[in-house]
Parts: sequence; C-alpha cells; structure tokens
Amino acid sequence: MNKRKLVIIGGGPAGLAAAMGAREAGVSDILILERDDRLGGILNQCIHNGFGLHTFKEELTGPEYASRFIDRVKEAGIEYRTGAMVTGLKPGDNGTVTVTVMGRRFGLEDITAGAVILAMGCRERSRGALNIPGYRPAGIYTAGTAQRFVNIEGRMPGKDVIILGSGDIGLIMARRMTLEGAKVHLVAELNPYSGGLKRNIAQCLNDFDIPLMLSHTVVDIKGRKRIESVTIAEVDEKSKPIPGSEKEYPCDTLLLSCGLIPENELTGMLGASINPVTGGPVVSESLMTDIQGVFACGNVLHVHDLVDYVSEEAAQAGKNAAAYLNGALRAEGKKHTLIAKNGVRYTVPASIDPGNMEDKQIVRFRVGKNYRGATVKVTCGDEVLSSVKRPVMAPGEMEQVILKKEVLTKLPEGADITFEIVE
Amino acid sequence: MLDVLILGAGVTGCSIARELSRYDLNVLVVDKHSDVCEGTSKANSGIVHAGYDAKPGTLKAKLNVEGNSLIKELSEELDFPFRENGSLVLCFDEKDRDVINKLYDQGVTNGVKGLQIIEKDRIKELEPNVTDDAVCALYAPSAGVVCPFLLTIAMAENASVNGVNFSLKTECDLIEKTESGYRVRTNKGTFETKTVVNAAGVSSDVFHNMVSDKKIKIIPRKGEYLLMDRTVGGTVSHTIFQLPTKLGKGVLVTQTVHGNLLVGPNANDIEDGEEVSTTADGLSEVAAKAALSIPGLPGRQTITSFAGVRAHEENGDFILGECEDAPGFYDAAGIESPGLTCAPAIGVMLACMIADKLNADLKNDFINTRKGIPNPKEMTREEYEALIKENPLYANVICRCETITEGEIVDSIRRPLGASTLDGVKRRTRAGMGRCQAGFCSPKVAEILAREMGTDIGDIRKNDPGSEILKGYIKEDL
Repeated sequence: MNKRKLVIIGGGPAGLAAAMGAREAGVSDILILERDDRLGGILNQCIHNGFGLHTFKEELTGPEYASRFIDRVKEAGIEYRTGAMVTGLKPGDNGTVTVTVMGRRFGLEDITAGAVILAMGCRERSRGALNIPGYRPAGIYTAGTAQRFVNIEGRMPGKDVIILGSGDIGLIMARRMTLEGAKVHLVAELNPYSGGLKRNIAQCLNDFDIPLMLSHTVVDIKGRKRIESVTIAEVDEKSKPIPGSEKEYPCDTLLLSCGLIPENELTGMLGASINPVTGGPVVSESLMTDIQGVFACGNVLHVHDLVDYVSEEAAQAGKNAAAYLNGALRAEGKKHTLIAKNGVRYTVPASIDPGNMEDKQIVRFRVGKNYRGATVKVTCGDEVLSSVKRPVMAPGEMEQVILKKEVLTKLPEGADITFEIVE
Repeated sequence: MLDVLILGAGVTGCSIARELSRYDLNVLVVDKHSDVCEGTSKANSGIVHAGYDAKPGTLKAKLNVEGNSLIKELSEELDFPFRENGSLVLCFDEKDRDVINKLYDQGVTNGVKGLQIIEKDRIKELEPNVTDDAVCALYAPSAGVVCPFLLTIAMAENASVNGVNFSLKTECDLIEKTESGYRVRTNKGTFETKTVVNAAGVSSDVFHNMVSDKKIKIIPRKGEYLLMDRTVGGTVSHTIFQLPTKLGKGVLVTQTVHGNLLVGPNANDIEDGEEVSTTADGLSEVAAKAALSIPGLPGRQTITSFAGVRAHEENGDFILGECEDAPGFYDAAGIESPGLTCAPAIGVMLACMIADKLNADLKNDFINTRKGIPNPKEMTREEYEALIKENPLYANVICRCETITEGEIVDSIRRPLGASTLDGVKRRTRAGMGRCQAGFCSPKVAEILAREMGTDIGDIRKNDPGSEILKGYIKEDL
C-alpha cells in the first residue's frame, strides 16, 4: 500500500497553504489530492480582484492569488494529484489514516497517511435546503454555479436576474452579471442585515444601483420550464412572511446566495465531532480534530470571509501537522474549553492546551447580530483576559481575539474560558 | 399501420409496452415530454404497497397484490432497485383499534401474506423513533420501496430492446375512429393504428372522451413531499403510515430505496394536471403531519421538496380494459395509488387483452432481462477495480454528493432511450440528486451531455424544450 507522511485533501487555497506550512516546518513527504482537474479550488472562478490585501499587500484576482501558492507548491516540489476524489477516510493501524482516492488516471487506491489535513472547502445552500415553495423550473442556480458558467464557460445563465441572499458570492455575482450584460433587478435578504462584507455591498450593489431589500424573501417561484417570476415578501422579526406584502417580479433567473456549508462528509466517516453551529469539525488549538492526526483548516472548518485568513489558518494547520508528525504535540495535556455565549456564536478553536500553543493564539468567531460599540469580553472565572470595544460587529464579518501564552499558562489548568459580547 | 399505439410513457404505459413486446406486434409509445417517466411516475412515494388498503373485489385490490409480487421478480429481471422493507400503519388511539382490525381483515381477504397486528413494544423495537402515542400497528412485511424512475425506465428500455418504438415530444390532439381502428393526430404526424392504449395519466379523461360517449372525469390530486438527506435516512427503516384520523388523511414517512428519508404527501384537488408547484402551507402541513408519527423529524436535513399529481377518478377505482363503446380503445385510466405497485400487473392484464384481440403470437426471441447502469456501490472492490481498468471513466467522480462517475453518466446517455437532459441523467444515475442538488455537478453533466450528443452546451436542457439551462453568451447584449 502507498504510504505517505502527510496527505492533504483539497488543493484549493487551504490545501495549498497547508502544504507550504508543513513543508516549511520540515515535512518532506506530502501529497495533495485535488478532485478538480487543476489546483486552486474555487479561486479559479473568482476573477474579480480584492484578494491578497493582507497576505501580499496588493490586490489580486482569485486566479492570481491561487497561482502564487501553486507556484510555491510546485517550486517546493510538493507532490499533488488532480482529478483525485477522496471517497473514503478511516482510521488505520498505529494512529494512521487510510485514505481511499479515485481518479481516471490512476484508478482506485488506498493510501496510508501518518497525518491528514482536511481542506475540502464548502458548498452553497441549495434551493431545496432553503425550502422555497413553487415550481422547479430551469434558471435557478446557486451564485457559485452561475459564477462558473459565466467566468469559466463564458455563458450567461440568464439575463433578468433576481438574487436571494446577500452572501459575498451573491453580491459579487450581482456586479458580474451586470458587467456581462444582464439586468440585476434586486437582491433580497431574509435577515435584517447582510451576510456579506460591507465593501462588497458598496462596490457590487451601491455602485450599480442594485437595491438590497433587507428582511425580504422569495415565497413563490413561477414558470414550468424556465423560471418566469418570483414572488418576494417582507418578513417579520421571526423571519415569517408578512401577508399582504407579496410582490411578483418577472425574471428568467434566480440566483441563491444563502449561506455556505462546510463539506464534512469525509470528516463524518472518520467519526470526528462536528460543531452544529459552524458545520465544521471541533478542533483544538492545533486545529486538530478529535481524531488523532487529522487536522482541518479553511472553509471546511468554518466559513471565512477572506481567503487571506484561510491561507493564514491553513499554514498554521500545516505547521501543526508537522509538529504532530515529529511527536512534538502532546495529546494528554489539560485543555481549556472555550465557551461561546451572549452573542458569540462559536469559537475556532474549541479548546486550548497551553502546552501546545505558540506565543499567541488566534481565536476566530462570529457574532449573531449587528452590534455598535459593544465589547468582546474574554474571561476565565473572575479574571478578564481580554476586553476590547469594537465600533461595529456584524454576522457577515469574522472577528478574532488573540490570546497570549504567558496569560494562559497562569490560569488554573483546564479552566473554561468564556467569550461573550457585552453591550 | 400500427398494431398498438400507447398514449403515455409513464410507469403504466411502459409496463404495457414491455408486456406487449413479448408478442409479434408493431407497437408505438408516444409521450408529450422529452423523456419517459416525466409525469405522475416521477413524483410519488415510491412505495410498493402490500395490498390491504383497497376494498376487496376492486381492481385496485386484485392488482395490488399481484403487482407487489411481480415487482419483486421484475427487479431481478430488469435490474432496478427494490427493497422489501415492510410497512407499519400506526394507530394512535385505542378507539381506532377496530379500524386496524378491519384493515387486517381486508388485507387477508385481498390475499396479503404475513400481516400482523403488533403492539406498542414491538413497534418501538422495529422503529425506535416512532411516537410513544402509537398504541398498535398493522405490520405488513411484504411492503417495499422501489425507485419509481428506474422501474419505469427499465421497463421502457426493455420494451425498446424488444422492438417497441418510442416517439417523445409527441403530443396528441385528436383521436378518430376509422374502419380498421383509430387515427391519432399528433404534432409529429398522424398515426393509423388498430388499437389505442390510453395510459395518459392526468390527461387520460381527455383522450377517453374523444372516442367514448361514456365520459369519465379525472381529478388531478396534488401531493407535496419533503426529501431529506441520506444521513438521516435511518430515522425509520420501515414505511410508516398513519390511520386516517379526525385530523384527516395522514402522511407517510419512509426510507427511500436509495436511503433518503421521504415525507408526504398531502392531498389537494386541483384544476390543472401540470400544476406541480409546492406551497409553503402544503409543505408545513406535510412536516406537521409526519411529526405525529416521528416526533423528532429532522426537517433541517431537507434537501428538496416536490409535488406530484395523482390521476384520481371520480369513482375511486382504476378504469382498465376495452372501452365499451369504442372497440380497440383500451383505457388504463385513473391510475392513482397504488398505481406504481399495480403497474406490472396492469401491463400483463392489458397486454393479454390486446394480444387476444389482435390474435398476436408470442415472439421466440423476446429478451426478458435488462442490465442497469453498472453501480460501483453494489460491487466488491475487485469488481470495481476491474471495471475501472476496462473504462477509467468509472473512476472520475462527477457528482460528489452521490459519488456518481463519468462512466455511469456516459452509459445513461448512450443506452437505449438514453438520457438527453439533466433530469434524464439525474433519474438514471442520481447525479444531482444529493445534498448540493446539482450545484457542483450540473455544469459538468451539461458538458458531458453536449459532448456525447455532439451539440453545444447552450442546447442542454433541464427537461422539456424551453428549459434550456443557459441563455446566450457573456457580453453579447452590451
């Protein structure tokens, strides 16, 4: 059987950065498995710019950002396979993981890995999962599917467009469809706030006079072959449509940008615990799941706003996997459990063993609603570890707090650390 | 001159076609849709009923029990998924125990094998997630689940291999009696035929009434469903029905033959037989009623919802056989539940009548088996590796949610009566049937379809003409 030190599942931004992180930390035997025919993941279809401001201090397009990492991976001589779909993961002997992979160039193969990094990314919530009633005609796409048709195939999925959901891909596609010659009538958003970045609302909607209708949703779809119209209604505080507020809008296309779901089917096969809030695995400070030697990073762990943060997190996962392979990560140490409450929806990581952390530990999280002038408070018992006032916080923008090792090592061993918003 | 023209390529029409293909007859199936299995046959519960529901003496009662055993045999012959999972009819109130007893007696009279009335403890043993309110249940071990698409497609393919012709996208607007039979006018030309079979589902009253003075009326009865992810398919293993209560007719909860959880249907009579839209109220009704059986119904795991229309005949039984005042015109009308179960038996019954009428001889080269698309999930590792060696496309995963390969998709397009649309590929292979609902695979499947059919991706449709998935090129309107 094929034996590898480190197998990375996914050759998108997370997988590529994880591979570099592991290589720089001294892992020589790395294999990246990518299901698509090329490395780069979803960045390949993100032809807009705005990537890389944090990582490279310049504005790149998605393919440019990806190619910087792809070039590095190639220069480093890191092995990768494209057209390689992982269909099975199971714990093997002596802490190894058996990875079953298939592809038309090499058939069906089992690989024994000393460690695995999960970097499979996420998928978009579909019309079915949103339970939108009405007919089921052609012309209803997730924003990402439409993005692929437009940016990769050069084809229009339609020309009279309504967008439901103000996630970033939806906002980006509102601008893209307009630039390519479609009429984008409006973006409807169920929540009283947008799920997208502020800069995208400004640059993709406001600049093109595309209305954003907050607290509105699609309540009916008409058209038997191709979509002909949608009915949009205002919703109340409980997100229930308000009778009498319905209005029908003719269109030939409905794009959906209503949330991303980490793709953790493989993670589930391993039996790793999943956080119901993020849809991603529960990880420690080392980004290790509760299965020994299996790490996770990027959108498979929790959905990020910016690829720069994905790269940063993934590089750390690669470095940690290297430490694990070198026996430098302790498994038996006492962990602080991180508790998310009062407006903090979750934290990544979910626990910290100070013995395994570096000088600083980034804790990322999202809030449940819009806040102005509220404080992110981190406490352990009576001790306040951090209390920072933020001018604005929104569910669409990921937040972070940095915890210092020198502070954590002074806390009672294994004591809970609480993250909350104080208004 | 045709011997038989069948109107409708749903499960009933395809079953009759397949049974007629045993005989030396010139048979044509016409359907207005661009694929077989596009009407009622594509949107139903996929249940193979045991046969205790129908009143003894009715066609429904007789054909249900026959169809139940025929489907089991056919699933072997024609290689489509079927599982005998058994069903439970839950009774929530001691006062209704009489109704369960009556159902049991009715089943015994109808010839259903293995029926038992079971008590609470046994119910919980069989189905731990069923409500504590269930006091007893009718257990029918011979009930099953089937893939309604593949049942229909398998029969159609087998009929086609045995010489039956199919004319799709063919809509009939006039049937006239002639000296030697009937003249059927369609958008694809006029056909002269000795006999006509009316298997037109919700439109069967229209065709019947063109030739008969004894008018019939089909009432389209819509039913809505919720389909949930395979990860929660194991919520139940049997098909769970409810006794009709004062709250109305209950809905069923079942694991489908492919392992999803299916919930539905409700029932609403509608005017237009093609009004297959779902409604917010309807879907909530279905979820609420299903929760009476399974209180912890994992509604958040819903991956899609859909509606189907049953062809309900006013008097409540099937209309089968030669029309009294129109010799040579055979009805297979009013085929509502348990129509899917009955279809193989209806096929045998109608084919025998027509073969008798036409004095047809059995062929000696009839091929009674059909192989489905190779399914790697049913293979051993060695078999799968051998298949990949023979055709590496079977290692190229296109639909990641259902793990469907390019090999399976290409086969679905190339086989007899092959897929020509995204829905056609989906029903034959399950590509796009999973939790992302074709988000990732539809562009790839469209590309494969275009390549295999030698056409442009811009011509690829979801289903019927008018459902093209793309609308031109970028920047062409700037």
